[in-house]
Amino acid sequence: MAAPLLRVEDLRTQFFTSRGIVHAVDGISFNVARGETVGIVGESGSGKTMTAFSILRLVPDPGRIVSGRIMFKDQDVVQMNDDDVREFRGNDVAMIFQDPMTSLNPVTRVGTQIDEAMTAHERFSKKEAEGRVVPLLQKVRIPEAAQRAKDYPHQFSGGMRQRAMIAMGLSNEPELLIADEPTTALDVTVQAQIIQLLKQLNREVGAAIILITHNMALVASLCQRIIVMYAGRIVEEGPVEQIFDSPQHPYTWSLLRSVPRVDVARIERLVSIKGLPPDLVRLPPGCKFHPRCRFKVEKCEREEPPLEQVAPDQMARCWVMMRNVPQEQREETKAGEVSHQAATELKQAGSG
Amino acid sequence: MAAATAVSLEQIDWENPEQIGLWQDAWQRFRRNPIAVAGLIFVCLLLLDALVAPLLVSLHLIADPLKQNAANSYAGFSLQHPFGTDYLGRDLLSRVMFGARISLTIGLTVQVIYLLIGGTIGLTAGYSGGRVDNLLMRFVDIWYAFPDLLFLLVVVSIFQPSLFVIFGAIGIIGWVDLARLIRGQVLSLKEKEFVEGARAAGSGPTKIILRHLLPNTLGPIIVSLTFGIPRAIFLEATLSYLGVGIPPPTPSWGIMIQDGNQAIFAYPHQVLVPALALAITMLSFSFIGDGLRDAIDPRMRR
Amino acid sequence: MKVAEASPSTERRVDPVILRVENVYKHFPVGGLGGAAVRAVDGVSFEIRRGETLGLVGESGSGKSTLGRVITALHPASGGSVLFEGKDVTKLRGGKLRQIRRQLQIIFQDPFASLDPRMTVGEIIAEPLDNYGLARGRQRQLRIQELLRVVGLNPNFTNRYPHEFSGGQRQRIGIAKALALNPSLIVCDEPVSALDVSIQAQIINLLQDLQREFNLTYLFIAHDLAVVRHISNRIAVMYLGKIVEIADRVDIYDRPQHPYTSALLSSIPVPDPRREANREPIPLKGEIPSPVNPPSGCRFHTRCPIARVPGVCSEVEPPLEAHGRPGQVAACHFAGELSARSATETRLPSA
Repeated sequence: MAAPLLRVEDLRTQFFTSRGIVHAVDGISFNVARGETVGIVGESGSGKTMTAFSILRLVPDPGRIVSGRIMFKDQDVVQMNDDDVREFRGNDVAMIFQDPMTSLNPVTRVGTQIDEAMTAHERFSKKEAEGRVVPLLQKVRIPEAAQRAKDYPHQFSGGMRQRAMIAMGLSNEPELLIADEPTTALDVTVQAQIIQLLKQLNREVGAAIILITHNMALVASLCQRIIVMYAGRIVEEGPVEQIFDSPQHPYTWSLLRSVPRVDVARIERLVSIKGLPPDLVRLPPGCKFHPRCRFKVEKCEREEPPLEQVAPDQMARCWVMMRNVPQEQREETKAGEVSHQAATELKQAGSG
Repeated sequence: MAAATAVSLEQIDWENPEQIGLWQDAWQRFRRNPIAVAGLIFVCLLLLDALVAPLLVSLHLIADPLKQNAANSYAGFSLQHPFGTDYLGRDLLSRVMFGARISLTIGLTVQVIYLLIGGTIGLTAGYSGGRVDNLLMRFVDIWYAFPDLLFLLVVVSIFQPSLFVIFGAIGIIGWVDLARLIRGQVLSLKEKEFVEGARAAGSGPTKIILRHLLPNTLGPIIVSLTFGIPRAIFLEATLSYLGVGIPPPTPSWGIMIQDGNQAIFAYPHQVLVPALALAITMLSFSFIGDGLRDAIDPRMRR
Repeated sequence: MKVAEASPSTERRVDPVILRVENVYKHFPVGGLGGAAVRAVDGVSFEIRRGETLGLVGESGSGKSTLGRVITALHPASGGSVLFEGKDVTKLRGGKLRQIRRQLQIIFQDPFASLDPRMTVGEIIAEPLDNYGLARGRQRQLRIQELLRVVGLNPNFTNRYPHEFSGGQRQRIGIAKALALNPSLIVCDEPVSALDVSIQAQIINLLQDLQREFNLTYLFIAHDLAVVRHISNRIAVMYLGKIVEIADRVDIYDRPQHPYTSALLSSIPVPDPRREANREPIPLKGEIPSPVNPPSGCRFHTRCPIARVPGVCSEVEPPLEAHGRPGQVAACHFAGELSARSATETRLPSA
């Protein structure tokens, strides 16, 4: 079994604000193998984006990586000095962001920016770098690549800008590509194309991909493994088929049922997760998901469960586990969202 | 009853993190800026001085600024005259303290004029758009093209210089920046969804301008007005220096500088004292303005 | 007031038509000489019946948001009519327009930009009440609290400011404000797109419950087809300022008649890894054309996988007419040829 490409060990990243310490990433550990595609799924406050920033040592002020190790091959990224980090970023690991318009320099031609991404790392000579620009654009399926290389970012559509970002990311042949919500700002037809592209590139180039998203369907499309994050910690992880077939953590389970789908018969009512995403400064005691959990038991409010193996390859952080929840309890209660009493009063007032 | 019409009280979001209001948040950030606070302290002292100076004179704690004493002209620092005396033997300390009254009065009241003229034009141009906006902005451009000082001198020479004429003239000149600022703010706010929401709720243009647009531009307006104060003070001092400002014997820092000019090499403190007062006052307002701008900037809020 | 029989098996409603949009245009002049304009909405017609939800789907440049604003008289129309209960909203001014506004409300997409940050929640909800003098004094306060309660918020929070609430809560405030005037029709402009996934379900359920409770009619504008399918009775698909298909929510997914609809459906990812491994989205050539200069003939022909170019597709604009199931209309010369089944299999024409 080959050594993993990336090993994150008990990573903690915190923000020191006037309100208190924000525990953005609170002790996560996971591996990424060479060429593997991993999806990190979560919502606001889950810590998924800060995990990516931590791996690249891009955590903004007032945040800091507080403890833990990030082993890339056999070097600890957390301990690297500034020069090594700059070498590492963009070269060994590349990142693609959500909004390509703000990640691309609006006053520089696209081809030049890709060129600069390469010359900054001195892996290729000036001539070599120039020669790689157009083939890179072709690799990301930009039509008329030679012509488009001379264009400015505003002349590209959203989808093409994202492809240009991917080309820039790939320019130094990184072994790991981190894509942070790469399709959120794009139309659904364009999104489908970008995901296809990432799939193809993963096969052709062999780069591992970490896809960070809130959209579980995208993970189902692109990734082999999935990691679900909540309140800065991992609550479930495993191979995609297994997790989608039988999610064990109530959050994962609820998330899958709260999203409308087009491939199954329409259900009358979505399962909603009550409450709000957690306040990372004042986390509740015990399991961080318990205030919103329909299946909690008394222990959940006191003690935080450890991440345990529930099946071959599958880990979940829960005292209960969905397989132990009987079918009747899983059914959504009949209670609606609207206070009937208040509605009646309003209707009486309104018809006046 | 319970199942069918169940009030989903437990699904109501009762929880809410406690947060502080927008102005309190700004004040807290302002307080953490030592330079801004220093400026604020100085301005408060100046205000106190302006209010209390005549009282101090009647209590004989400081000398009468108008009282001349030819025998004791150009005196140096002494216990009786801590800042010395001017060419007519008048006490410099009390003259500087009284000069603050003039400067602050003009500095502050002129902002009201800026707000009335600049605010109305900016709000109207920004909200109306189209031809009205075009016309108003061309008018602003033409007004802006007039050389400030020249215009002031012309106005003052037509009407006799008096406090009223001075701040009228300064007010009419300087509103242009504020008008442009407000128009820009309104243009960007106009497209925001909450303004569309107000229209959908049946609010008319006046209500939208006063209730929605104006309060949301308050931050930059206050900052602009704060920076406007030292500019107005300096304009007044310049006019007084040139002899077309506040008529003597009312002490104004500008006049004091002009008076002291005659013997500047022999008795430099004559000029230094009022000049320093002017400089420190202007600096203090600028520090406050900078501090306010940083404190109010929503992007810096985490 | 007539109430429809909502039988579970059929979605065909027999309520009166509450909104009829007839050949509406909205062009934004681009400036400069020559009169070029962004043709955001370029001839759109449809109707909505009382109590139903019409979903309006489209990608960027489709004009769906602009259409929503023209319907609620936030943008004046460049042409055509919007008949609400028989009265043409585009031709009304002053007092008459204000009266109609009570019936036609809107919920916005961005919970952060749609509430005035300088007003308290109570003031925000009171604004429509005050504009129409609907309640005063104690009654007014009670009304505000009831509205907050109805959307699931704590009625004691009337003195809080929007920034103290989460995105989902702010959206609820916006909904409460839209309900204040007791409207008949609410245009929901991407109401859940900017929210976290777990909160989206709350708001979708809330909107459905409110519809039942108050017999509301919705025009639900969104780009997310899965959400639209869930909440709508009928769905209209827009492309580059025109409607290309309208169908029942079952028909549009089982037998889409327009190739664009099929392409959209095939692009939706599904949270099922095995299905995803086999799914191949229908590829669309090129980019979305500029709405300043839409393509000749059928606007979609430049990207359509089955377009006959040169031929009828690039020369003649197809009318929106009946194709497929009863009640289904599509604007395509070869309607039904490229029909995708539930985003999994794609059947390309053998030609």
